[in-house]
Amino acid sequence: MTPSVFSADGLVGIIFLLMLAATLVGGIVAVTAKRLVRAVAGLIVCFVGVASMYFFLNAPFVSMMQILIYVGAIAVMIAFAIMLADPENKLQQRKGNVVNSPVGFCCAALITVGLVALAFRAKWIAFAKINDGSVDEVGTQLLTSHAMAFELVSLVLLIAIIGALIIAKEGRR
Amino acid sequence: MEILTLYNSLAVYLSLAAVLFGLGIYGFITRRDFIGMLISAEMILNGASLNFMAFNRFLAPDPAIGQIFTLFIMAIAAAEAAIGLSLVVAVYRYYRSTDCQDVTKLQG
Repeated sequence: MTPSVFSADGLVGIIFLLMLAATLVGGIVAVTAKRLVRAVAGLIVCFVGVASMYFFLNAPFVSMMQILIYVGAIAVMIAFAIMLADPENKLQQRKGNVVNSPVGFCCAALITVGLVALAFRAKWIAFAKINDGSVDEVGTQLLTSHAMAFELVSLVLLIAIIGALIIAKEGRR
Repeated sequence: MEILTLYNSLAVYLSLAAVLFGLGIYGFITRRDFIGMLISAEMILNGASLNFMAFNRFLAPDPAIGQIFTLFIMAIAAAEAAIGLSLVVAVYRYYRSTDCQDVTKLQG
């Protein structure tokens, strides 16, 4: 049964379709734009779309983290790297490698078509849920059954910060 | 399949994740500068996370595991982007370029 466009369910469906389109358009802009600043703008749109997908998938906490970490940290960091490294200055003199583009397209198209065909043809079997996947449950499991991985990730992030500082300091005079 | 109830079907989310993954692969192969390749790598990671979350919502018996896995993917992606971008800045200081075909000192 199709819900009416003006009912609450219909509106949810329309918002889902809009966010789906935003994700696809942002992703296409991010990989095809000639100027890197536009690619970062497309990447941000794509990340916001993926965050709304997480919201539709019953995970508001992961959705918020997606916006905080990806849009708030990673995209801004890439924008700063573009400003620091200024990669646009040689763009006009160079032509892209003519072999790369068709080969890349064929690889990506084969992988995508295969995965989509698998998604639509396979018979997925759902199991009964043993909890509701709420933020409470996520927090409890992070600090009990996954506490070791949680601590290790904090160590990895600390080392990444120190390493980034050391690498970026190198060669400055 | 009604178009307004697509948000309740597993195959739609899996297809979107596959398309994101494919776009990332395409960008990773065709981009010629390191920052563009990093952007594509982030899109590949996002496709993988979306796949985890879709299975987590529709099939998995414990819906907290997929969320935890996605959070870990985000943390690793943040570490990878920090290291990668500092390497890009260091390479730019040395070679005055971020094009991957200029950085050929180890090629012999």
